[in-house]
Amino acid sequence: MDLHEYQAKEIFRGAGIPVPPGEVARTPEEAEAIAREYGGMVVVKAQVHSGGRGKAGGVKLAKTPEEAREHAGNILGMSIKGLTVEKVLVTPAEDIDTEAYVGVLVDRNGQAPMFMVSAEGGVDIEEVARTNPDAIRKLTVDPRYGLLPHQAYWLANTLYDDPKLARQASKIMGQLYEAFRSNGCSLAEINPLITTPSGEVKAIDAKVSLDDNALFRRPDLEAYRDTADEPRAETEAREAGLTFIKLDGNVGCCVNGAGLAMATMDLVKYYGGEPANFLDIGGSSNPEKVVNALKIITDDPAVKVILFNIFGGITRTDDVANGIVEATRQLDIDIPIVIRLTGTNEEEALEILKREGFEAYTSMDEVVEKAVELANNA
Amino acid sequence: MSIFIDESTRLVVQGITGRDGSFHARQMMEYGTRVVAGVTPGKGGQTFDGPDGATVPIFNSMDEAVAETGANTSVIYVPPSFAAGAIMEAADAGVDLVVAITEGIPVLDMTRAHAFARDRGVRVLGPNCPGLISPGKSKVGILPGQIVTPGPVGLVSRSGTLTYEAVYHLTRAGIGQTTCVGIGGDPLIGTKFIDCLEAFRQDPDTKAIVMIGEIGGTDEQEAAEYVKAHVDVPVVGFIAGQTAPPGRTMGHAGAIISGSAGTAAEKMEAFEANGIAVARRPVEIAELVAEALGR
Repeated sequence: MDLHEYQAKEIFRGAGIPVPPGEVARTPEEAEAIAREYGGMVVVKAQVHSGGRGKAGGVKLAKTPEEAREHAGNILGMSIKGLTVEKVLVTPAEDIDTEAYVGVLVDRNGQAPMFMVSAEGGVDIEEVARTNPDAIRKLTVDPRYGLLPHQAYWLANTLYDDPKLARQASKIMGQLYEAFRSNGCSLAEINPLITTPSGEVKAIDAKVSLDDNALFRRPDLEAYRDTADEPRAETEAREAGLTFIKLDGNVGCCVNGAGLAMATMDLVKYYGGEPANFLDIGGSSNPEKVVNALKIITDDPAVKVILFNIFGGITRTDDVANGIVEATRQLDIDIPIVIRLTGTNEEEALEILKREGFEAYTSMDEVVEKAVELANNA
Repeated sequence: MSIFIDESTRLVVQGITGRDGSFHARQMMEYGTRVVAGVTPGKGGQTFDGPDGATVPIFNSMDEAVAETGANTSVIYVPPSFAAGAIMEAADAGVDLVVAITEGIPVLDMTRAHAFARDRGVRVLGPNCPGLISPGKSKVGILPGQIVTPGPVGLVSRSGTLTYEAVYHLTRAGIGQTTCVGIGGDPLIGTKFIDCLEAFRQDPDTKAIVMIGEIGGTDEQEAAEYVKAHVDVPVVGFIAGQTAPPGRTMGHAGAIISGSAGTAAEKMEAFEANGIAVARRPVEIAELVAEALGR
């Protein structure tokens, strides 16, 4: 789960990291009032789950409260990478001497948390990684000991020569690791970490991704979930215990298992169609799951055909077939459904489906070709 | 032969009294796996009823289970919040292999569990994996036993049902398997493609290898280089997720394209560049294997 900047900053403040104040506005008037309260120059920043906000015009400096209102008026409602901006963060503008990057994430290869720091901050770190990889210093943390003081100091020293700055940064490294660990993050990032002319080190932008699998330990963090910029179908699917991702095509896919679901989408594309979604309904024959899945898929008016692809291993395919029959009886579906079942008891399963008037197959290629044909001719 | 498990595998089921644990314990026993113990804290001294009147003793801890039964392998069906602890308990008890089926374990829990097992020289398979099966000998996990048959192909995959799909076509084409290993869909897994390739390479009965990968990470690319450098038998590969959008997790926590890394195209290129025959559709996997084996 990705957090907004203002939410990530709340977490960082809670960990003791120096973060300038800021308040969220949902209207231009609110933005003006917040700017007036702070006095002086402010920055108005779009709060959407997307990078590249600055480039898209979603971050603006305002000299006066009136200007803050004007910027907020332009930014609110703007679309950044397909996401509509519904909130802006208004925060006092800082005097900046230097900008650095500090991030901690879970490294797949090292199977441990890894810090990445770079004196070249304020820009896209993936761009730095591509063009100037030597500018990034990395440090693997042994999760059993956490970030040790000398490691935090080493990281800080790679950023700053001035011992006063390094001391502050070293403390921030430790606080960032603690925030990362205690909130169950998969990523915690400060970009940029700035120094000011008066010699302070501060985090003026923040990015946090929480590990969904760790949320059960911190149910309080669920309150940060913002479903406003998520397709409604995905919210409904999550609540129904299904894994669903909306795509732009017209072939609705209903598959058991994530790998097979991806392979099915690929095959739709291979035969000249476009998948409407990724959906893993899991291994059970439970009709309720199928009902929920069908509701979510058919809610999308773009969907012209529903394609089932089920491999029955331990779950018998005749049970799955009965589940599909029962589910479709409960719903009023006016687009064609094509079904492929393979595995244990597939002959019985096909008989059940054909008796109920479904188009049923055992070959994945045949069913996908048929689904694409129906979708393209609809 | 086979890799990782065979007739000598003596299995403990951690979480044997739970819904999934009890169901799959029976399935494994029916297949012929030697399930010698179960562990559920607080239920030590009870027995688990298997198929055909067989019973399995239940212990409170892994330590007792291993001491009393000489178990050398464990399989974990405990809920996500306790699963990393169960892996570490198994590693401490001295089994050689821990197969972690549980899906949804926090990734930071796994950083500690993997380090703990590594220090003790214990192999972890998974988590979030379907387990493995050596046809006719032993199965550990949730793979359906009826779709496999003994033969010359070693199979390793990050997926569950997609693996079953591939195995099913192989079996129907009359091509059996030495061992099928599901390494799991999480970002941090204990046994990677390379570890399985290394084991298959040393198994004289494995005459061809199938690798089924998916988007996310770079394990497939590294495995492809390993194939070129070390593997003498033909290798057939498949990658799922060619149509997956970047930045979205596709069901498996590890299946995400981040930045420019981990795309299906990149992995398929790495396969081809290193002499691995790439199947474009799942059904082609069995066809390419048949070709490679001269059938």
